[in-house]
Parts: sequence; C-alpha cells; structure tokens
Amino acid sequence: MKRLLLALCLLLLAGQLPAATPLPGDSVYQLDARLTDQDGHQWPLAARRGRVQLVTMFYTSCTMVCPMIVDTLRLTRKALDEPARERLDVLAVSFDPARDDPAALRRYAGQRQLDAHWTLARAEPQDTRRLAALLGLQYRQLPDGDFNHSSQLILLDADGRILARTTVIGRLDPAFVDAVRKALAKG
Amino acid sequence: MAARRLPALLLLGAAFAAPAAAADYAALPGGTFASVLPADGKAAPARIAPFRLRTEPVTNAEFLAFVKSHPQWRRDRVPAVFADARYLSHWAAADALGPDALPAQPVTRVSWFAAQAYCESEHARLPGWYEWEYAAAADARQADARADPAWRERVLAWYARPSSTPLPAVGGAPDVHGVRDLNGLVWEWVDDFNALLVGSDSRDQDGADKLRFCGAGAIGMQQKENYATLMRVAMLSSLRATDTTNNLGFRCARSE
Repeated sequence: MKRLLLALCLLLLAGQLPAATPLPGDSVYQLDARLTDQDGHQWPLAARRGRVQLVTMFYTSCTMVCPMIVDTLRLTRKALDEPARERLDVLAVSFDPARDDPAALRRYAGQRQLDAHWTLARAEPQDTRRLAALLGLQYRQLPDGDFNHSSQLILLDADGRILARTTVIGRLDPAFVDAVRKALAKG
Repeated sequence: MAARRLPALLLLGAAFAAPAAAADYAALPGGTFASVLPADGKAAPARIAPFRLRTEPVTNAEFLAFVKSHPQWRRDRVPAVFADARYLSHWAAADALGPDALPAQPVTRVSWFAAQAYCESEHARLPGWYEWEYAAAADARQADARADPAWRERVLAWYARPSSTPLPAVGGAPDVHGVRDLNGLVWEWVDDFNALLVGSDSRDQDGADKLRFCGAGAIGMQQKENYATLMRVAMLSSLRATDTTNNLGFRCARSE
C-alpha cells in the first residue's frame, strides 16, 4: 500500500513537471503563500495559475466599503458577455485572518449569494501582509478590530501578472472592464 | 610538524564553515507609547509588547553571507515582483561587495521582501513601526528623549546630510537599551510600512474619492512638532515593497 502511494506520488510529480513552464519574474504567483478557502481547502497561491482573474482584499465584518467591493466585482463580471464571463474568476482574500476563518468566509459567501466563480480566502498574518504588499494594498487594524484599508480591484493574467487595477468602487470603471475583456480575449 | 599543524588547520576550517557570529539583540521592555500615529487615529497610545531588537543594522557582509546561502536572493536571480532593478546594484557582483559596498557599512538598496527574508534566516522578523519608533525615541540616558531638543536636532541634522556622502560603518554609540544607529545612519524598513496610511493616498480622504479607504479614514498624525519622526512616516508610507534606495536598510526584531 505504501509503495503504491509512493508510486502514485511520483506519477503525479512526473506528470506535473513537463507542464510547468517557469513563472514570469513579475508574477504574483512567485509568492510562496498558503491560502485557505471558504470550503476549508488549503492551497498555495500559485494554484490560482491558469485563469484570468480579479483579485481584491476585504474582510467579512466590514460594513462600509467592502460590500461595495463585492457589488463592483459582480457588476464587472455582469458587464461581460456570457462566454467570457464564465472564464473570469474572483479571488477575495481577507485582511482579517483572526476572525475570518473558513466558516466566516462560507457564511459571507452564502449571504452574498456568491457562485462557484468566487473564492474567498484567508492566510496567516505574515502571508496576509506579504500578499497585500505584493498587490500594493495598504491596511491597518484599529483598536476596535476594524481595519483601515485601500480598496482596489486588480486584474491578473493567467500567469499572475498584474494587467490593470482600479480604485473605482461602487460603479463600473469602463477602462477596467475593457482591460478585463482584452485579457479574456487573449487567454 | 604536519601532525601538529593539523588540529590548527581543522579549527581554522571550522571557523570558516561556521555561520557568521550571531547578531546581538537587545531586550526592550515596551509598554504604552505616545506614537506620532495614534492607534485609533485620534489619541490612543500604542501598546508594545516586550521584544528584542537587533543592536545594529544588517551590514553588507552579513547580507552577502545571506545571499550566498540563499541564492534566490542574488540580484541576478531575484524575481521582479520582490525587488526593483536597483536591488544591490552598488555591489561589485551578485556575490561580491567591492569598493562601493564595504563589509561594515549597513546594507542598502534592499527591498522589503528581501529584508523580510533576511530576518527570517535569522529566526527574526522586521520590527513593527511602533516598535521601531519606540526604540528610536531613546538616547544614551533615557528611553524617551523626544522632548529633549537635542534629540530632535540630532535627527534633523542627519536628515540634512547629503545622501551622496558614503555611509559610515555600523556601530555608533549605544542608547540606553544598548541599541545603535537608529537615528543617523540609514532609513530602515518596518514590517508594517504599508499600514501607515499617510502620504499621497491620504489626500483623497477629504476629497471626493473617500471610498479608496474603508473604515475610519487615514490615521491622523499627532505631535506635529515632532516632524523628524513624521518625515520618516511619510517616507516609509510612500514606498512600495519592491523599492530599493541608496540609504534604506533594515534591522530585525524578535518577539519575547
């Protein structure tokens, strides 16, 4: 049994090697961070490689701008025509790893009726700080537990390069939607 | 003769093979601290747990040893997402210091990611802003010398020094905690440089674009008279994590 497992592992490894072309140096997937999603699954950030996606950071107990971040992501996806929309994923990582465990993320996904295109995730505090730094986002926890944070939507290509970003929250940013369309047409 | 020399040679070999002498860390008691950045954006003091701080900034020699044992941080191998094109560009080669980077000078032109990785290799981390500000408030006699005009003048005199002059070696006079060079040598990275929330972005707080920041808005800066420290906050908060500059180095910290 053990030998069988080992053989399987080797097979898996061997199967992955030829497919893995080196990551570009300007890919955010260079960051060795582990994330846990709303289903409790844990994976390296680089597991997101392969699909164009929108990335943001938020936290579930945020009552001010974060709901509007989700609304704006939804608007952006809706602005796309059907075949393209299906190929656009969303990754929202929490600023608040202490309170946003998988159960909290799952509750939030339920309340906001987020479908399978949406991944809500958390990382350990050090990885959270690194990911924010990588994405160029600022955040700071206040004594009452809330956060001050910058709000942006960031467009990644399939290899994790930042193609575009917008700070327009609460309504559509036409230039950003254009960038998303172009990225999906290429990918 | 040969047999007698052998142990000496072995010892010499061991000295070369051993990691560089462990860096010194000083224990700082922490406590409540009136930061220029109130914890709640209004007036709340910062609460700082006891911690240890590296007594000196990391030097070129120390960073060279790190790059040799962690070649992914060589300037010719580091991915662009972790350091800009000027990373360690004053070194003679990717694995050699040369005349513009003396061994005892503090290492500069290092990104936040590289500084973090170095500290991890020392089983440490970058200090938080509050830890750094608290430590840098000390002088040779007291833990908080900020009310002393001499303290401010010393800091500002350093700011006025042209950045083109070569950096002195680490090892200035120790403060009351036994820590050296916090003011007067190089600017230093802090772990939460992207938490200070002031600088160009905060101008939008009062403008139409309030939504860029969620929550209570930008932290208001207190102690306006303490512009020596405010200048440092402004500089740090303007940085991106990949930025490297001629006079930005770092030191590491450890939680107690």
